[in-house]
Amino acid sequence: MTKALAVYRKELRQIARDRRTLLILVFVPAFFLLLYGYALNFDIRHVLLAVQDRDGTPESRTVVAAFVNSGYFDFAGAVYTPADAERLLDLNDARAVLVVPEGFGRDIRTGRTAPVQVIISGDNANTATAVLGYAGSILRTVNEQLAPGMAEVEAPLSVEPRIWYNPELRSSLFLVPGLIAYIAMITAVASTALSIVREKENGTIEQIRMAPIDTFSFVIGKTIPYFIIALASAALIIGASMLLFGLPMRGNWIALLVAMSLFLIGALATGLLISTVADTQQLAFQMALLISFLPTIMLSGFIFPINSMPSALQLITHLVPARYFLVALRGIVLKGTTLQNLLPQLAALSIYAAAMLGLASVRLARERS
Amino acid sequence: MQRLRFLVWKEFLELRKDPKLFGVVIVAPIVQLTMLGYAATTDVRDVPVVVVDGDRSPSSRELIARFEGSRNFTIVDVVSTTRDVEPFLESGDAWLALSIPVGYGADVSRGTPVRLQLIADGSDSNSTTVALGYATNVIGGYAQELLQARVGAAAAREGSPQGAGIEPRIRIWFNPQLESRHFMIPGVLALVLLVVTANLASMAIVREKELGTLEQLNVTPLRRWELIVGKLLPYGAIAMVDVVLVVAVAVFWFEVPLRGSFALLLAMSLVYVMCTLALGLFISTISETQQQAMMTATFFFLTPMIYLSGFIFPIENMPAVIQPVTYLIPLRYFLIIVRGIFLKGIGLDLLWPQAAAMATWGFVVLALAVSRSRKRAV
Repeated sequence: MTKALAVYRKELRQIARDRRTLLILVFVPAFFLLLYGYALNFDIRHVLLAVQDRDGTPESRTVVAAFVNSGYFDFAGAVYTPADAERLLDLNDARAVLVVPEGFGRDIRTGRTAPVQVIISGDNANTATAVLGYAGSILRTVNEQLAPGMAEVEAPLSVEPRIWYNPELRSSLFLVPGLIAYIAMITAVASTALSIVREKENGTIEQIRMAPIDTFSFVIGKTIPYFIIALASAALIIGASMLLFGLPMRGNWIALLVAMSLFLIGALATGLLISTVADTQQLAFQMALLISFLPTIMLSGFIFPINSMPSALQLITHLVPARYFLVALRGIVLKGTTLQNLLPQLAALSIYAAAMLGLASVRLARERS
Repeated sequence: MQRLRFLVWKEFLELRKDPKLFGVVIVAPIVQLTMLGYAATTDVRDVPVVVVDGDRSPSSRELIARFEGSRNFTIVDVVSTTRDVEPFLESGDAWLALSIPVGYGADVSRGTPVRLQLIADGSDSNSTTVALGYATNVIGGYAQELLQARVGAAAAREGSPQGAGIEPRIRIWFNPQLESRHFMIPGVLALVLLVVTANLASMAIVREKELGTLEQLNVTPLRRWELIVGKLLPYGAIAMVDVVLVVAVAVFWFEVPLRGSFALLLAMSLVYVMCTLALGLFISTISETQQQAMMTATFFFLTPMIYLSGFIFPIENMPAVIQPVTYLIPLRYFLIIVRGIFLKGIGLDLLWPQAAAMATWGFVVLALAVSRSRKRAV
């Protein structure tokens, strides 16, 4: 234990000397949360809409006004030919084009079917799906306005949706926990991923080899100072997300601390493992990107729903610790999930952390012998 | 020219000395594209649903079968009271709960309208919105069938309720099946290139600084531009090999349509790779150690590029204050170019502003890096 403490003190002194790295580790995470928490959302508003009104009657203007005043669409300009519309869509200067054909007003007045065309740029499927929904509901509303008296038979089944945990469906409440996990992960891995490989490259690994200390104490002593820094910076970003983005805290603080600590230990140990496997810092950096940063963004359920992935890939996501941490974090802060209901996630995080610490120790022991 | 050739050869030799790195540079992009190509989908499928069947009648089971039959839903469990739903939603094992009230079967056969309750976990706002839409469609479609069955064939023949009114004709261009993969995979190409080139380049020079071998290179008769070009050329060559491999996987494996010109795509990738290499070089001039280079690259360059370039989150959704910042990110321009070439099949006549902006960015950063290195030891 005293030996681990000695390593801990040496590491602390080394961190204190490299001010830039220390500042990055503590304050940049909070700054990041601010920037990205504010910038990122899935709420699709202000869709740029170009309009081709070939009718020019009061009825056609009603349709156009309904779109422009809906709050979902912004008027991007009037177009007069299909080629213009195509150009706008190609350049992304419009995401959708509303075309009201000639004779629209006359057809409505005489009680005939009056087609209205909406062209949607489908390149971003997510945005396009939302736009599709908006356009459909606006047209339904206008329809009732322009052609009233259509006998509506009462449907035998109706739906009453109720949304729990996030009734206004604010995407920031979904994304901010993901950002917390991502930021915590990269800070932790980046702080340890180069620590041992650097000594290998500089030749100072000999000193570690000779040090009269067992490998496990060495690993522990190396992890603790970064653990403290990472925990402090995590506390900072969680506090900031509550103050700035209205992230609620419906659960238990202890549960949050446990989940966060397990996640951070796992991440720090992953960094150490990378550091013992890689022979150059360049390689260590690449490995850190490939096995921790990118999976945390892509395979954790942070942005992309795991359910929608092919089953082979879903299996792989079980190896991504952020997957469990995100369920726990979102559960605790948004849903008030109790510790008991999170046991599987916490167990998985513990196993991951223990495995990484163990592997890192074994690899380092081999490196030293 | 000969000196340059020797330097390039030296860099390749160094790369070959590190077989793990070589694997990372050639194999990893493909693995990344395949994994990310499958993972990066915003489509909502197999939404886990828990059903509260308070009725337990043949007609309630028929409604449940509708949900089971849809590929958008998976029934995880059927429980008896609404209270049992909570643990499912809390643990995230179900996203949606469908509640069928007591007496549902009797009401349906009598023709009394029934209100079904849908409880949704709102914490994933995006998927929830989509899932609620799907559920409403399933129920709506079933209701329509019930209505038709009740009204009977006679009334149905009399004339459908539609006739007059607006008929929406909605067309979706570029990606009619609305597959999010077609949008994400060209983006992954840009991301993979960035990850491979910028990092390698950023550490290549700092490493020589750290190991002290930069002094040796400085006393050789190499000119500065030769040193820089010689350092970057091997990574540029590797990146272009990556482009071809990744495009092949995108087109032949994921069947993303390549509607535009492949030559243009290659040319634009070359400009983009020049930008990312210049960025790596710039990072290496402002860093003393590889650790600093890694931190600077990850925190100040890679992360903003992933989040603020429009790769995942559309720029038009961002607040107006943030949007100008995105113009500083070369990935923004390259994404518009790749997606334009892949999905829309457009050419330089429309894409030249993006190409020009990207090239300008590359030259400015390269100039910055070179002028910074002049003051220092490089």
